[in-house]
Amino acid sequence: MPEQLAFALEVTANGLMAGVLYALVALGFVLIYKASGIFNYAQGVMALFAALTLAGIMDGQVPFSHLINAVFGTDVHHFGWNVPAFLAILLTMVVMIALAYAVQRLVFRHLVGQEPIILFMATIGLAYFLEGVGDLMWGSDIKSMDVGLPQGINTWIDETTFEALGYGFFIDNLDIVASIIAALLVIGLVMFAQYTKQGRAMRAVADDHQAALSVGVSLNFIWILVWSLAGFVALVAGIMWGTKSGVQFSLSLIALKALPVLMLGGFTSIPGAIVGGLIIGVGEKLFEFLIGAPFLGGATENWFAYMLALIFLVFRPQGLFGEKIIERV
Amino acid sequence: MAGEETHAEEDDRANPALSDISREETPMNMKLKLTTVALGVTLAAGPAMAELVFPSLSYRTGPYAANGIPFADGYADYFTLLNERDGGIGGEAIRMIECETGYNTEKGVECYESTKGEGALVYQPLSTGITYQLIPKATADGIPVHSMGYGRTSAKDGSVFKNIFNYPANYWDGASVAIKHLLDVNGGSLEGKKIALVYHNSAYGKEPIRTLEELSKKHGFELSLLPIDHPGQEQKSQWLQIRREKPDNVIMYGWGVMNQVAIQEAANIRYPMDQFIGIWWSGSENDVRPAGDAANGYKALTFHNVGDDFPVFDDIQKFVVDAGKAAGAGDQIGTALYNRGLYAAMLAAEAAKTAQGMHNTTTLTPAQMRDGMEALEITEAKMADLGLPNFGPEFKVSCENHGGNGFVAVSQWDAAADSWSLITDYVQSDQDILGPLVTEDAAAFAAESGITPGC
Repeated sequence: MPEQLAFALEVTANGLMAGVLYALVALGFVLIYKASGIFNYAQGVMALFAALTLAGIMDGQVPFSHLINAVFGTDVHHFGWNVPAFLAILLTMVVMIALAYAVQRLVFRHLVGQEPIILFMATIGLAYFLEGVGDLMWGSDIKSMDVGLPQGINTWIDETTFEALGYGFFIDNLDIVASIIAALLVIGLVMFAQYTKQGRAMRAVADDHQAALSVGVSLNFIWILVWSLAGFVALVAGIMWGTKSGVQFSLSLIALKALPVLMLGGFTSIPGAIVGGLIIGVGEKLFEFLIGAPFLGGATENWFAYMLALIFLVFRPQGLFGEKIIERV
Repeated sequence: MAGEETHAEEDDRANPALSDISREETPMNMKLKLTTVALGVTLAAGPAMAELVFPSLSYRTGPYAANGIPFADGYADYFTLLNERDGGIGGEAIRMIECETGYNTEKGVECYESTKGEGALVYQPLSTGITYQLIPKATADGIPVHSMGYGRTSAKDGSVFKNIFNYPANYWDGASVAIKHLLDVNGGSLEGKKIALVYHNSAYGKEPIRTLEELSKKHGFELSLLPIDHPGQEQKSQWLQIRREKPDNVIMYGWGVMNQVAIQEAANIRYPMDQFIGIWWSGSENDVRPAGDAANGYKALTFHNVGDDFPVFDDIQKFVVDAGKAAGAGDQIGTALYNRGLYAAMLAAEAAKTAQGMHNTTTLTPAQMRDGMEALEITEAKMADLGLPNFGPEFKVSCENHGGNGFVAVSQWDAAADSWSLITDYVQSDQDILGPLVTEDAAAFAAESGITPGC
């Protein structure tokens, strides 16, 4: 096999894996947009907040310790214990559900019936608020995220491809785990939406708020549920990205990677987020490998992802899997 | 106030009785006089003359807060130490004004505008973006700027950049010393070697390219360039390319999350860490700790020493931390960025001392501070006196040379010990290559800005 072809296959495989990680972030956007029509600008910050909370709980950090010390003159930082990863994930989920409840109760309940742009603006405010609270609660230092996920080259794939093709492929173990988790997450979400009472209510709300209300679906409950699910997806994304880079405030910028995925896959489709993520991941990596690095000086991935999404929009403005909206005048 | 005193004297002469009473110098009268004189002096001198004002453009919030906090703590704690232990500099108290920039250029400029009227003696913008904005502003206002290890490299040419200083080392010095170190570990020759530069795709990250291109011609190594877009959370393509091309060494000019991801990706592809060298902004504990043991052996350039094994830290513990006056929680002391902040404050204080000596005054104006910076000389004896033996390179600033002598050392991360240590002495950069590049870039700036170079 020609060497270049082997390289291209390796790049494609890595692009698929990267796409899964982008899709993980995009999923959170889709869930909230589908159920409430809100484009949640704070989704990236929610991933950061969830990861910070998880790392803080695992480390036994006292929340708001800097504030407590400044006000009361104390010197507390840690409880002196470490919480096992599984328990810490559960506790973080409790925090994310509490956050969903608070967001619904304090912000969006008061904005029912407002224009989508008002709701969008509210999520911008929420993003800044959460970033500040996260900072105040857990500090600004970079935290290690170690929930036991494997990292580094998968030696089996390396050796197998070397024997077969004469070139060992690099596939990160973390990416493999992320792909499995993302697949389970999507199956779980689809099953939940299709086969549970709450899931069906969620879909009813997504289709038509008024009609859902008229048959007795509690809009408040469904929105809290959806924000909790988005919080859970944010936590999963936060764990994956936090394991790669450490938990730090730049984590909120991963939302930038999700936007072209959403444009391409559609804002209302869970499978769309996955397929969009895969197309963006493979597209940007292959473009960088074939054209970007050799001819354009490299670093083409960020703009290429948006350009690819825009090309798709020309032909399908609603995205690959988005709902076509026809409004009659 | 001077006018009021004159009236008081006239009144005394017109009223002998009152005059006699006042000559008796009752305690009450004496107190009143002293108060009046003190008030008069204070108001006449203005707030800028009563204390030495050092603004701190810090970033304790935002995406880069993890780096901004230790630097700001080190900068503040050193000034607090001088105030508490020595009563300031030359008997004048130091007032540090901290202004939060969030590492945002616009906010940085706002901080400059809002603090310059306070009698600010020198600005350390702590961001290349803010530095570029302040170069014309501070020059017009006559306030010196010290961009230590960042900013515009050609500001080293003091005949063009009269108010801008970037001692003791700049980005080009860093690139050159990285290559010198690689020459050392490769028996003096890099002929036929492959060196990759992984850089933040910004004006900052592109700084070393020209220098490295010149050095590749001189030493015969092959240079490949791998830009990484901001913020740098996804670098798979670049590291797959490194895995395919197998460069002998990788040099990194990174920032923020880009550093942590790069070190992790290097570990993932099993790139040998001791062949991976970062610039000083890719060389803090924050950059290596997330990768854990895999980061062991990673190297970083530095223009100051590391760790807390210096006498000055005992004083900081005693006069600052134990006294409850530390700027932060006290947990950053001895980290790479804390030490950099402390070093920056030390250089500012020494320049202020030099200015006080030159102008025979304890109070200072920004223009006098500029003179002090231009005449600054850091010797080993001086650093040892300050409790900082071998903490940084020796250098001398002059009108022509605002950038020091370009001495840089290499440090290495020991993951087990959770610490950096210097593995080389301070080595001088290749002045034959860098000198003409600095002159050329400064001349271009002078031409486009209408500046007539001269000392």
